[in-house]
Amino acid sequence: MDNIVFKLNNIGKVYNENEKNELVVIKNLNLEIKENEFLCIVGPSGCGKSTLLRILAGLELPTEGEIYYRGKELKKPTKDIGMVFQNYSLMPWLTVEENIALGLKFQNAPKKKQKEIVDEHLEMIGLTKFRNSKPYELSGGMQQRVAIARSLANNPDVLLMDEPFGALDAYTRIQLQKELLRIWEKHKKTIVFITHSVDEAVYLADRIILMSKNKGAIEVDIQVDIPRIRDRANPRYAELNQQLLDALEELNKDE
Amino acid sequence: MLENKVKRVISFLSPTIIPILFIIFWDLAARKIGNNAILPQVTAVAKHFININDNIIGIGTIPKNILYSLVRVFIGYVLAIIVGLPLGLLMGYSRRVKGALNLFISLFQPVPAIAWRPLVLGWFGVMSVATIFNLDYGPTYAIMDNFKLSMIFLIFLSAFFPIWGNTMFGVSNVQEVLVESALVLGASKKDIFFHVLLPGAGPNIMNGLKSGLTAAWSCLVAAEMLPGSMSGLGYLISHAYELARMDVIVAGIICIGVIGALFDGIYSRISNKYFSWQRLVR
Ligand SMILES: Nc1ncnc2c1ncn2[C@@H]1O[C@H](COP(=O)(O)OP(=O)(O)OP(=O)(O)O)[C@@H](O)[C@H]1O
Ligand SMILES: [Mg+2]
Repeated sequence: MDNIVFKLNNIGKVYNENEKNELVVIKNLNLEIKENEFLCIVGPSGCGKSTLLRILAGLELPTEGEIYYRGKELKKPTKDIGMVFQNYSLMPWLTVEENIALGLKFQNAPKKKQKEIVDEHLEMIGLTKFRNSKPYELSGGMQQRVAIARSLANNPDVLLMDEPFGALDAYTRIQLQKELLRIWEKHKKTIVFITHSVDEAVYLADRIILMSKNKGAIEVDIQVDIPRIRDRANPRYAELNQQLLDALEELNKDE
Repeated sequence: MLENKVKRVISFLSPTIIPILFIIFWDLAARKIGNNAILPQVTAVAKHFININDNIIGIGTIPKNILYSLVRVFIGYVLAIIVGLPLGLLMGYSRRVKGALNLFISLFQPVPAIAWRPLVLGWFGVMSVATIFNLDYGPTYAIMDNFKLSMIFLIFLSAFFPIWGNTMFGVSNVQEVLVESALVLGASKKDIFFHVLLPGAGPNIMNGLKSGLTAAWSCLVAAEMLPGSMSGLGYLISHAYELARMDVIVAGIICIGVIGALFDGIYSRISNKYFSWQRLVR
């Protein structure tokens, strides 16, 4: 029981509830997310992936059903549930260093401790030289790395990531995937990760769910049984990839 | 090297070309018209700046009048910041407060400050900084009596709206994703206010402070034409008008313009230094 991090009971999300043209994004969704699980969510654009993630973050309340985080109903965001957003979300007036320290500042961590943690994370994302730069002086990929470091510096229990590597080039993307797996294994976090790339999902996830545009229904929910570090040349890897691509295609046909 | 130097000299001089042409044109026209009561010659105006410590038309030197004007603007402006800034912050932050107050405050916005003049005179009469602090008669009283409440109130009004409006706009336009990213880092309401909304609204607040000062300074002439005023640049101009002293009027206008431009320049400097992030964000 107690290794269930999130439990979603018949979650529903409707936008514009009062007006005539209400939009049912999610309906009757049930989901349990286990501790230490690396869960990837894939699905067509607009199927409600970000909406689901925002509900997990406590940024949005479901219009129906309940969501429990470690046994307690989730009502608002907490520092234990970190999130990396789809769009760049660094404070443009703060330096890289100050951005990474932001959560620690909110927690009133001692200055010395803040500096230690910031240094460690700057090192980890390889941006120590840029500690005094402002976000606009960095490339998109560098900014996203800072955003990830900012979440991790807060040492959250859960890390929610909304297409964090979407805007990166193939090489940086693969580097960051490896880095993320390393962090996940070392710090024993629960990660929920949205991606458009089936390959990325198969590389990263313990478990993949595929959402459809039909009220956010979970069409596929599979465990990935390939040992890590995963080899993209492994036949099982290719097989799983194909299976998911087929399922996605099937979903798009139904439209 | 040399080329660079020449370029620098040119870029330094280029803003002065049009004013110089303007002055030449003005002087030619003034000589042609030959009537100081219509358009004074450049030399007639310039002599007020050369003999800057002369007592002009019986109301003291130009620097003294500038000082009175500056103090008035300063008092009204500071009051406008004290009221406008927190109110703008609060209304930008809380939809409920905005909902309750916005319509009411907006009703007053289109009214030019000078339209308040009769009312304001009725309220404040000849009250001044000297009378509200109950100063004894003497030199201090004579100076402080120059700062009439009616005048300060009008300056306050004209500076208030840009400060209040820009601050409110700035706070309510901070990107939602910045607020949310702070929330998931565990920010309290207080953190959101001081570490997200306030700095995020910084550039707009600066803009409001700048427009507010410009508006206050422009309102000055109108405010200083109020009865009871015996000094200041506005009074200098209106009194010179009664004496048909065009040269003094033009000198006064130049002072108002140059000081206004200085204010603007100072704020632009600060904005560029501390708030360049807004321009550079992609
Ligand atoms: N605040 C909102 N108000 C109204 N409708 C919304 C809101 N947010 C999302 N939606 C709608 O909900 C649906 C799902 O949006 P969501 O952002 O969750 O999709 P997504 O799966 O993340 O898409 P993408 O892969 O393109 O990011 C969309 O149709 C969108 O228009
Ligand atoms: Mg999305």
